[in-house]
Amino acid sequence: MSPVGQTPAPMREDFAEILRLVRPGARVLDVGCGEGALLDLLVRHRNADARGLEISPEGVSACLARGLAVMQGDADRDLREFPTGAFDYVILSQTLQAVRDPRAVLSEMLRIGQRAIVSLPNFGHWRVRLDLLAHGRMPVTGALPEPWWSTPNIHLCTLADFIALAEDLGLTIEACAAFALGRPARPIKPSRGWENWRAEAALFLLRRQDAHS
Amino acid sequence: MSEGDTPHIDDAPGSGEGPGGGVMTFERQAPLRLDGGGTISDLRIAYQTQGQLNAARSNAILICHPLTLDQFAAQPHPLTGRRPWWSTLVGPGLPIDPERHFIICSNVVGGCMGTTGPSSINPATGEPFGLAFPFITIADMVRAQAMLIERLGIETLFAVVGGSMGGMQVLQWAASYPKRLFAAVCIAAAARHSAQNIALHEVGRQAIMADPDWRGGAYGAAGVRPEKGLAVARMAAHITYLSETALTRKFGRGLQRDGLSWGFDADFQVESYLRHQGASFVDRFDANSYLYITRAMDYFDLGAEREGGLASAFAGARDVRFCLASFTSDWLYPTPESRAIVRALNLAGARTSFIEIESDKGHDAFLLDEPVLRSALAGFLTSAAQSRGLA
Repeated sequence: MSPVGQTPAPMREDFAEILRLVRPGARVLDVGCGEGALLDLLVRHRNADARGLEISPEGVSACLARGLAVMQGDADRDLREFPTGAFDYVILSQTLQAVRDPRAVLSEMLRIGQRAIVSLPNFGHWRVRLDLLAHGRMPVTGALPEPWWSTPNIHLCTLADFIALAEDLGLTIEACAAFALGRPARPIKPSRGWENWRAEAALFLLRRQDAHS
Repeated sequence: MSEGDTPHIDDAPGSGEGPGGGVMTFERQAPLRLDGGGTISDLRIAYQTQGQLNAARSNAILICHPLTLDQFAAQPHPLTGRRPWWSTLVGPGLPIDPERHFIICSNVVGGCMGTTGPSSINPATGEPFGLAFPFITIADMVRAQAMLIERLGIETLFAVVGGSMGGMQVLQWAASYPKRLFAAVCIAAAARHSAQNIALHEVGRQAIMADPDWRGGAYGAAGVRPEKGLAVARMAAHITYLSETALTRKFGRGLQRDGLSWGFDADFQVESYLRHQGASFVDRFDANSYLYITRAMDYFDLGAEREGGLASAFAGARDVRFCLASFTSDWLYPTPESRAIVRALNLAGARTSFIEIESDKGHDAFLLDEPVLRSALAGFLTSAAQSRGLA
């Protein structure tokens, strides 16, 4: 379940940043873990107690073949099956925009995890804005490669939109990094307006305000 | 087989102690104490093994068999001559591999393939127990298996694997003896019997008990067998193992002969198939065993009477690695049953994997060639073996 994962280069930047953020030995749930590429990295490089949630049987089967612990399930429906505080980190990589109820999913992630790591394409990126302004058509970019009628990305948002949702849910943004295609992650202060123009995709480390650090 | 000649392991090849299995007998001083309050003394457990136990005694896999199967998961059946019932998953080059694992499969308590059951001779009367046999539970079956495993000198099983009722035993193992297994594989099962499961079993039991040859369970002494009742029970149960799609694909409305008979013969192929299933079943299964084992399944509810429900049943199993699988077209133990187990295991903090496999073959899919099941199980067991230091 990696709807925009067609371009490997930015995904790798995404993963490198996630590895940097996760502390060794942590309990991690990767929501939409696909064939387990990130889980595998977390186990090998962070000695994480890593579990995956994946919607496709093919992905689950591939994860099992790699020796990863994975459960078949759906972010929208099955996060409620996990106990509160079961994980140190719950990761949702390039998937929030594809779920039915992003607000509920984010809220559930921070119920079952102390922290959440969320990466998402930024619909506020200048190229997207320019595309829409100049052509009046839904943008098709590297981070958003599908036309509107076939894209799984049904809840697109900008950095500013996401920050507003996090605030609304009472979440603290502990770190944020921006990506442009193929380039390493760049730590940013997401509240700065120009980052909403510059970042093609962004990754957030979020914490419940009541959670201890 | 002739009338009254209930299948018994003593007549079967492969019996006798030694490599490959046989019958383990337990002394009178150490009876099997049952959940229902009864005991079984002079317990006999018929079992089969394949492969070699390694020096560290760490490569043993226990296979738990489903309701109407037996210890011949990896060997041809001595009565029917049919291929091993789990030949899709057990064998050289397969996920459960005698080249790597020491594979054990024993007939459950209450069964009719050599382990003590209602067709065994009651020493008090010299006749088969019949309804004098004590009531048994899934936990009793597992308790007996644990006795066998201990007798075989195995402290910790590498894995316990089972489908359907075998899967229930796997869950019971994790609840009863969490320190004595490293990994658990539960396929197409449930942590408790639903109203529908109980209802379907009750139809089968009533069919057996309605057969005049059942004789209140004492048919063994009378030298008869309730074949008609047992066959009907099997026919009804067999439908629940399939799916509508599978039945339609296999038979549709196909006829046995050209045209209808305008009678009650088996006009339709599906009727003929079911009749054959029923008729062949009575040659290898005992009616009273069917009553007792279906009852044990109906009584199964792993989360009952525990504060905290099913999750607390697994409280000691935090270090066990679990793999659960269900099939999309299984309406006997549908996916939500497996999900309930996964939820409980997550609550207990156990390392759990779960896969729902796309199949239109119904409950029986766990016995059939399902490549996704095979590769998932292979991946799970291989990685567990690495963690256990076996690979």
